Amino acid sequence: MTTMHSPALEVAPRPRRWPKPTLLIGLVLLLVLIFAALFPQALARYSPTDFDYQAILKGPSAAHPFGTDNFGRDILSRVIHGTRIDMQIAIFTTLFPFIFGTLLGALTGYLGRWSDAVVGRIADLVVVFPFLVLVIAIVAVLGPGLMNMYIAVSAVGWVSYWRLTRAEVMNQKKAEYAQAGRVLGYSPSRILLRHLLPNAVTPAIVYLMTDMSLGILLGASLGYLGLGAQPPTPEWGVMVADGKNFMATAWWISTFPGLALTLAGVTFSLIGDGLADALRPRA
Amino acid sequence: MHTSYVLRRLLQIIPLFLAVMVLVFTLVHLIPGDPVSTLLGDRATPDIVARANKELGLDKPLLVQFGLFVNQLLHGNLGESINLKIPVLRLIGERLPVTLFLTVYAAVLGVAMAVPLAMLAAVRRNTWVDAVIRAVFQVGLSLPVFYVALQLLTLLGARLGWFPIGGYGENFGEHLFHLFLPALTLGLNLAAILVRTLRNSIIEVLTAEYVDFARAKGLRGSVIMTRHVLRNALIATVTLLGLNIGALIGGAVITETVFAIPGVGRLMVDAIFGRDYPVIQGLTLMFALIVSLVFLATDLIHARLDPRAELS
Amino acid sequence: MTAPLLKVRDLNVRIPTPGGVLHAVRGVNFDLMPGEMLGLVGESGSGKSVTLRSLIRLHRPPIQMTGTVEYGGKNLLDSSESKLRDVRGGRISMIFQEPMSALNPVLTVGEQIGENLREHKGLRGKAAQDRAAELLDLTGIPSPRARLADYPHQFSGGMRQRAMIAIALASEPQLLLADEPTTALDVTIQDQILRLLLRLREEMHMSVILVTHDLGVVAQTCDRVAVMYGGRLVETAGVNDLFHAPKHAYTLGLMRSLPGAGEHRRPLQPIPGGPPDLRSLPPGCPFAPRCEYVTDDCRVGEPPLLEVAPGRFSACVHYSELPALKSTPEEVGV
Repeated sequence: MTTMHSPALEVAPRPRRWPKPTLLIGLVLLLVLIFAALFPQALARYSPTDFDYQAILKGPSAAHPFGTDNFGRDILSRVIHGTRIDMQIAIFTTLFPFIFGTLLGALTGYLGRWSDAVVGRIADLVVVFPFLVLVIAIVAVLGPGLMNMYIAVSAVGWVSYWRLTRAEVMNQKKAEYAQAGRVLGYSPSRILLRHLLPNAVTPAIVYLMTDMSLGILLGASLGYLGLGAQPPTPEWGVMVADGKNFMATAWWISTFPGLALTLAGVTFSLIGDGLADALRPRA
Repeated sequence: MHTSYVLRRLLQIIPLFLAVMVLVFTLVHLIPGDPVSTLLGDRATPDIVARANKELGLDKPLLVQFGLFVNQLLHGNLGESINLKIPVLRLIGERLPVTLFLTVYAAVLGVAMAVPLAMLAAVRRNTWVDAVIRAVFQVGLSLPVFYVALQLLTLLGARLGWFPIGGYGENFGEHLFHLFLPALTLGLNLAAILVRTLRNSIIEVLTAEYVDFARAKGLRGSVIMTRHVLRNALIATVTLLGLNIGALIGGAVITETVFAIPGVGRLMVDAIFGRDYPVIQGLTLMFALIVSLVFLATDLIHARLDPRAELS
Repeated sequence: MTAPLLKVRDLNVRIPTPGGVLHAVRGVNFDLMPGEMLGLVGESGSGKSVTLRSLIRLHRPPIQMTGTVEYGGKNLLDSSESKLRDVRGGRISMIFQEPMSALNPVLTVGEQIGENLREHKGLRGKAAQDRAAELLDLTGIPSPRARLADYPHQFSGGMRQRAMIAIALASEPQLLLADEPTTALDVTIQDQILRLLLRLREEMHMSVILVTHDLGVVAQTCDRVAVMYGGRLVETAGVNDLFHAPKHAYTLGLMRSLPGAGEHRRPLQPIPGGPPDLRSLPPGCPFAPRCEYVTDDCRVGEPPLLEVAPGRFSACVHYSELPALKSTPEEVGV
């Protein structure tokens, strides 16, 4: 007798989801950026800050592929050394808002009621200020510099993470396993930290990547305006500002740091998209 | 749309704005050290500081100071610029129209770029056309506004001489001409923000069952696009524009600085470097008011365009 | 004998999916007579709605449709877009399962009828308004003139379905395609809508193809039934014949899963298992894995749809062994 063959009971082979090429490109670019940030000396041939009056305002050449600035500093070396500062900006403009916003979101999403209402009103208040305006207003009060910029961004940037996590926790709270946990007599803090938060943090992590590219842009914008990193720090935004008066005669001073900024922004947004795709709940 | 709805929404702004005033007041009073000494710099002798404190009411308790601050605000008094010696309200009155012109101009350019391209990408989704449009705007999203501004200024302004490299002009035509490059800069940034979300929401509309029903009714493609798809896309655009008003204002601050445009954005940056606290305070309040009014307007327009919104 | 209104021959629909091409409709043939009401029945995933939509070429690329759908001497599957548009929505109209998602939420019901009247009847302005109100009235919507200015979300579920029917009928079609028009409604409203369809068919001399998973609905309304399984027609018959004695094991299974069918009341017997995977069908009868009458003959090749009695077609190897249920449509009707 032939064996029963029931196609209806067989699960169709699920197509394997390889990471999209865009995510791979993003990850490769990220590795390059991390390497440049950790070991700039290995890549850069010149010091980022030493003046060389023999080579002032030289265009791109074999010796100086990105040219030199008005102090004879090698632009390529400065761009490479700038990686560390701008990566640091990407991390510190997002890490504190991420931690603070996520924890707060988990807490108010879980507790609900007045805590949620209070934080909600504060969030409403923060979002009526244009992000950049509030950040530069805070920097104006605290004074220019990277540290004060991080404080300012943290005071404003938590709202997105709070919203994402709060919504997710509220969804998860309704899900069965939280109910099950409660029946098993777990303490609320255990349910929150061990069961709800790890599941609810996914959207915040996806957003973290996109936010890093926004963070770099914001940090560089403040640097450009003179409110972020201060010269002679080789920060890319500061470097673009350094070259702005030479745009007509020495375009390379501003142009290459700007391209580096764009590349870093693209890197994080590619990874963010890739993560969003990979972590999306599967049907 | 009912007037009671509009009224209710307007009333909701009042407590919000009260909180905004508390926040701005607190912020300015967080300035480390003695603000008067900071303001006066070298000229600060103990005698002068004490007199200035008394004049400015800074010797009174904080709560009283806040009361005075609110009272002055209600009388339309935002104080006087320390550096320019002009009432802040008058400064805003002079500079705000420039910024409004710039942002509206930028929004028009941005929407004019974003909507057709988002539609094209949505209709040709998952083809190379879509891929190119998305890739270009993904890069566009990562281009810093100050950088685009600087490059456009150099290339189209200084080198080719097609456009003026700053200023505002005297009449409407000149405004359009002078602000073209700044508006283009901001508009490109806005388009980059819009295209992606707009593309996805248009795809959602295109694959909606009512589009199939419209096709089943034998309507021609152009009719379906304009009546059924575009109208829904418009609703999404309005909402997105409203949500991104903050980014637009932030971009205006930077663009005005790069292009030396006499608007409130540039005034803000100048005030920060000049430590002109009354101006910073007044502008921060004004920006918050603008954003909350834009949020309100977005809701109202949305309610007009989307009949379902009326219910909530 | 009169000529058929619609002739469907060797209709195939292939839907590319990430897991392979889904062959949703596999060589469907049938004729539809003028004035006839045909029920197209099957489980979800049997290909009945996909078939219905391909009759007016509603699928979009990358979905592929092959075969012929002959209407008025032309094959709708290869006529030009503009010729097709005259038929689509003009001579052949369609209504959908979920009026809430099939009606555009931001256009008034009046506007949505109006665009049909303009396209197919050349009516505009006042004339279009009047006709639209007439149509709403015809479908039993109270105070029709006032309701023209309302948006779909302001209608109740049943009224929304009536409004969609009014829109579809604006062009006075010869054929109405109805895709599960009552599934989303509760039972009393369902009954009203079916009666409305029957009345409109009489008044407007239409043919109707009614897609449903509910044999009760078929019993109440249709003249003839076509049963679909695994993307094929497995049985077609007049509605009385079908209910009296099904000639396909699958149809029999469907009937037995209905309450109150057959001469004796007995416990409901659901068909075990689920519908076949259309991306990888085994050789032989697609119903074989779930069939209680299955023998080795069933697995040799896919049985063709053959005429087993005058006007009756079946694709079942064991059609002659199946017991007669001796039920009538009236017993099963809702």
